[in-house]
Amino acid sequence: MLKILVIEDDPEAAGYLVKGLSELGHTADKAGDGQTGLQMALDSSYDILIVDRMLPKLDGLAVIQELRRQGNHTPVLILSALGQVDDRVKGLKAGGDDYLPKPYAFTELQARVEALARRPKSAGQVETTYKVGDLTLDRMAHSCRRGETDIPLQPREFRLLEYLMQHAGQVVTRTMLLENVWEYHFDPQTNVIDVHISRLRGKIDKGFDTPLLHTIRGAGYTIRDAVH
Amino acid sequence: MTRFTRFTRTTAFKLSLLYIAVFTVMSGFLLVYVSENTDHLMSEQVVQSVDSELKGLADVYVRGGVRDLVETIDSRSRHPDASLYLLTDFAGNALVGNIARLPTTVLEEADGGLRRVRYTRLGQNSEDVERQAMVRTFELRGGFRLLVGRDLGDQLRFSNLLGNALRLWLIVVVVMAAITWFFVSRRVMKRIDDMSATSRTIMQGDLSGRLSIAGTNDEFDRLAVNLNTMLDRIELLMQSMKDVTDNIAHDLKTPLTRLQTRIETALREAKGEEGYRTALEAALDESDQLLRVFNALLRIARIESMAPGTVMEPTDLNRLVAEISELYEPLVEDEGGRLETDVPAGLMAECNRDLISQVLVNLIENALKYGRPEEGGLVIRLTGLTENGRVCLAVTDNGPGIPEKDQDRVKERFVRLEESRSEPGTGLGLSLVKAVARLHGGDLRFKNEAPGLSARIDLEPVEPDSSRSGHEQGGTSGEQERS
Repeated sequence: MLKILVIEDDPEAAGYLVKGLSELGHTADKAGDGQTGLQMALDSSYDILIVDRMLPKLDGLAVIQELRRQGNHTPVLILSALGQVDDRVKGLKAGGDDYLPKPYAFTELQARVEALARRPKSAGQVETTYKVGDLTLDRMAHSCRRGETDIPLQPREFRLLEYLMQHAGQVVTRTMLLENVWEYHFDPQTNVIDVHISRLRGKIDKGFDTPLLHTIRGAGYTIRDAVH
Repeated sequence: MTRFTRFTRTTAFKLSLLYIAVFTVMSGFLLVYVSENTDHLMSEQVVQSVDSELKGLADVYVRGGVRDLVETIDSRSRHPDASLYLLTDFAGNALVGNIARLPTTVLEEADGGLRRVRYTRLGQNSEDVERQAMVRTFELRGGFRLLVGRDLGDQLRFSNLLGNALRLWLIVVVVMAAITWFFVSRRVMKRIDDMSATSRTIMQGDLSGRLSIAGTNDEFDRLAVNLNTMLDRIELLMQSMKDVTDNIAHDLKTPLTRLQTRIETALREAKGEEGYRTALEAALDESDQLLRVFNALLRIARIESMAPGTVMEPTDLNRLVAEISELYEPLVEDEGGRLETDVPAGLMAECNRDLISQVLVNLIENALKYGRPEEGGLVIRLTGLTENGRVCLAVTDNGPGIPEKDQDRVKERFVRLEESRSEPGTGLGLSLVKAVARLHGGDLRFKNEAPGLSARIDLEPVEPDSSRSGHEQGGTSGEQERS
């Protein structure tokens, strides 16, 4: 369960967000303008901030910059109608941790929020080995094992699996994969990511009793143990 | 404001006024200078001739006394030239000479000094005409007084003539200057007026108006050419804006209507929760598709208006193509095809990585959809080469190609050759490719390769690239082998 602050001036959009997040079991507060949002963010400790870029009184980016200036490092997801590459770069440079252009799918937002929450708090805590069920990914040795079997992976397959396992148990969308694994910022029209996932699935799940890599319809993928 | 006051307020008029003023002052200065100088020169001459005359007469007087002097003066006086003589006795009575009347003071102050006098000449029917002369007067022994001088008539006539000529010249200069400037300024004003008139019609909304070019390549022509180029650019931008609006009106209305119908149908024929769910999911798909079209349109419009801030940097095309091919190879293989790349190592171009990657993706996806040959497997080739000083990226398939007549049409927004529009897609992929190519100063070109279609865009090369012509040949021949 996460404590989330939504800074968004449009009441309907904010209500929709808060309701959606509450249904997922998170606690969500809302602030209607930049100034209130900044105050609330500084006063209580939130796990995640969701900030709209264009806000009354104080611009979203200014809110983030002020937060960071005061030493507050709460992960921030920027939500904005400005979705071009240079807008995103500006947002991330201002101190945002992730950027989601409007209009967005709620599943995408959920996935990104959870990914942010899971993010290691500081560089020192970066894990070198990821484990999901009997699947192990060793980042130092660049090796992957499932049970007793060594699984050879291509470099890009390794990065794909690494990203999925970093966010184990969470939904990861196709856009997140394209942005984080391939570093492209556009929408391919075909299911090019699905193909890569199905190849990876062929390597890590084929011939094993329990599948680990799951497709979440209409959202993306998740890697998790069956017991989960 | 009358036409005249408007005229007097122009820069041209003020300039010509200044020009005339300066010229008048200069001419006046010249006039004064020349007349002063000639006057001086001629006075010198008069003095010299008077002095030499005196010297001769002095000799006569020394040798022969008054008698000889009288004779000599008498004979010289008879010559009708400019020389003047007068010899008087102690009482002031004229003994001999050719002067009828002159102020008495001249003879009284006989100190040999030079003076300018008014006199009347003897004989020649001109007694009553006062003339001017330069004279010297001496007192001789026995009270005789001798006056020798020279008439200034010629000199005065000459300086009059000179003055008149200079004055006339000045008038002609001023008039000519005024006429020249009048025409020049009228011409200049006319061109400026033309420009204002044209810009007024353009401001009123007629963007097709252009400034006229006289063909003289003067500064007005250059200004007009530059403004026309600017207008072309603006017109293009306006046109593309209009196209976007038109296309949105045409092509987004259809899916929007479909969406509306679906929702209405679902509401009318309530089939329980499951029915609603299905209808909502379908509606969501439809709106997703709409958003995709909308985003693509905005992106194209942004690229076409040369979005400022588009980062262009030297990019290794070999690497860029390798990355895209790595992303797409599995997909092409799953579709039963083959993806090949042929880009010389170190082929660099000045471009935006993200946009060029998207171009390649669009072209590959097009090849996947439409480039499948009748029989045999699909082969998609990504080729990079230098050609005519430009770096080219080509995506070639071995499918049926596009008929020549449609090759330009497919680049337009929403144009899909497949009339049924049953395949997924927006009809915007190639428009985006074209826009990106334009942004990089090139164009999208198609070529039927029999079999197959090659789609090619060209990019600005990065400098230390001239040494790679060997690779370029390899790239070209590789392509030829295939066809």
